[in-house]
Amino acid sequence: MNEHRHKVRDVSVRVRRDGKGPPLVYLHGPAGLPEWTPFFVQLAQAHEVMVPEHPGFGTSDNPAWIRNVGDVAMYYLDFLDGLNAPRVHLVGHALGGWIAAEVAVRNAARLASLTLIAPAGLRQKGLPAGDNFIWSPEETVRNLFYDQSFAEKMLAHVPSEEEADLALTNRFMAAKLGWEPRWFNPALERWLHRIPVPTLVLWGADDKFLPSQYVERWRARVPDVTVEILPQCGHLPQVERADATAARIVRFLKGNAS
Amino acid sequence: MKFTFFHLMPYRPLDMAARHQHRAGWVVLPNELYDPKRGADEYQSYIDQLVYAEELGFDIIAVNEHHQTAYGLMPAPNLIASALIQRTRRAKIAILGRALPLVNNPINIAEEFAMLDNLSKGRIITGFVRGIGNEYHATGINPYFSHERFQEAHDLIVAAWTRPGPFPFEGEHYNLRYVNLWPRPYQTPHPPIWIPSMGSSETIRWAAAPERKYTFLVTFSGRDLVARYLNLYREQAKEYGYEASPDQLGFASPLYVAETDERAQEEARAGIETLFNDFLAVPWEMLMPPGYTSLPSMKNTMKMRKALGAKKRHSLEELMESGTVVVGSPRTVREHIERLREATGANHLVTMLQFGVLNDELTKRNMELFASEVMPHFRD
Repeated sequence: MNEHRHKVRDVSVRVRRDGKGPPLVYLHGPAGLPEWTPFFVQLAQAHEVMVPEHPGFGTSDNPAWIRNVGDVAMYYLDFLDGLNAPRVHLVGHALGGWIAAEVAVRNAARLASLTLIAPAGLRQKGLPAGDNFIWSPEETVRNLFYDQSFAEKMLAHVPSEEEADLALTNRFMAAKLGWEPRWFNPALERWLHRIPVPTLVLWGADDKFLPSQYVERWRARVPDVTVEILPQCGHLPQVERADATAARIVRFLKGNAS
Repeated sequence: MKFTFFHLMPYRPLDMAARHQHRAGWVVLPNELYDPKRGADEYQSYIDQLVYAEELGFDIIAVNEHHQTAYGLMPAPNLIASALIQRTRRAKIAILGRALPLVNNPINIAEEFAMLDNLSKGRIITGFVRGIGNEYHATGINPYFSHERFQEAHDLIVAAWTRPGPFPFEGEHYNLRYVNLWPRPYQTPHPPIWIPSMGSSETIRWAAAPERKYTFLVTFSGRDLVARYLNLYREQAKEYGYEASPDQLGFASPLYVAETDERAQEEARAGIETLFNDFLAVPWEMLMPPGYTSLPSMKNTMKMRKALGAKKRHSLEELMESGTVVVGSPRTVREHIERLREATGANHLVTMLQFGVLNDELTKRNMELFASEVMPHFRD
């Protein structure tokens, strides 16, 4: 895996990249740029995987003009135009899934397919998202997993000062984008019929942050949609069920070669 | 020196054991714990106390705004201010303050303050605040835009008070084709604006600016911080090229006076300790939502907090030691105020003489002793 800066217009972001094959861009969730875990290693065996750190997160630039998820989606349209690839498979988790969907409804010319893992962006009345902004750090970690041994492992890690600073930066940006309305855009659901590419929606059955029941709204609105629910799995299928999640995505993308 | 009698209006009948089954006395505290019959009695007692403060010679009586909490029963402080106007004649009435970023149309605040100013024939002092972090959970307003919304709402309200209408206001958060206030404020150019704050350098720089010169009020902080922030304000004013007047500086503190130090401590203990540990205490995530302060100041606060170690209950002794609360004989209380006045040059003392579960009888005695044994000593 290598890391570089990618600049589009006035915004420079950090990008991690590895692998060979049809290009795949992964948009991360509200916690920020993920570690290069076995999930990415597995994806990189079949794809050229690029993981940008969103503007405003971590060490990426935070331009004042990015004020909401719609602005981030417009940024990523520029980002995709700047790649040396006619089309990419776009994958997003949580906040990243929301951004990916906002990209796809605006302009899917650069997309070969869309994969959404427990995406934010929609709501279901009567079933609000978990309040990640009120949870304590320990509660947050516990609520991310079905299998608490993952939580224990994460809680045992004492973050360095640098890691804590980055986490705070990411939390600020997550609030900027997701606080109100809480993790959704009321207009997005109206435009999901504009997604013209094959779409896979993956969800952990036991997601305590974004309930897996939300999947029905995506199923009802996205034209060419495949839904996969992973049993006994929380909000991070790419961590808690890394093998199964990566394998499912690779299989889906094989069927939809760009 | 000028004296303000300030009230939070806590819900004293709160079942404290039940309260501690929840993460805070705010936002998530089930409102089944509020009994309207007892709550109505609380309002009556508190309004009587505010009215009595005028009789005792306080210059200003003051209310404030908090939402979804047993800590303070004034989500709409202007309603109380309106009642106080009808029951008082002389005292100024301060609303310290309204939380500007929490509303979607700040004109409502401009209108209400203008009405109060007319109803009272110019006895209103306004306070502009951002609300504490909890309030962003309670209202859903994005804390990331708190500072932006505060600035913009402030500009809109002051323009509405001072510029001939109708005129358009074109902002980022607020856009109005017609700004045209009826009624206009009674005072010219507008009611005084105070800035109650826990003290941040950005706020101090802004409040002290020559085009504003807003009275800066350090709220519920230890004596060292009070001195530090008020002196920062004075230095900032000097940098702007003027000398801050004593009326631009104030501090707010819970105070309790009794015949002796021992008696004062005994009588104030439950009130002070419930104020800080039961009513006010909230987890970090509620108090400091992301974006509520700038990233560097949030990082500093987190480091300070880490250094201080795990949270525990505050004792009366600790709070007295830091000077966050002032409890003692008239002499003890006078000495504390004298020291802070000397150290800061402040002319405004905002007293909170009812706090936590302190009952009506002790509150009344506290008010009377403060008015007879402390206040006269500082009259110019």
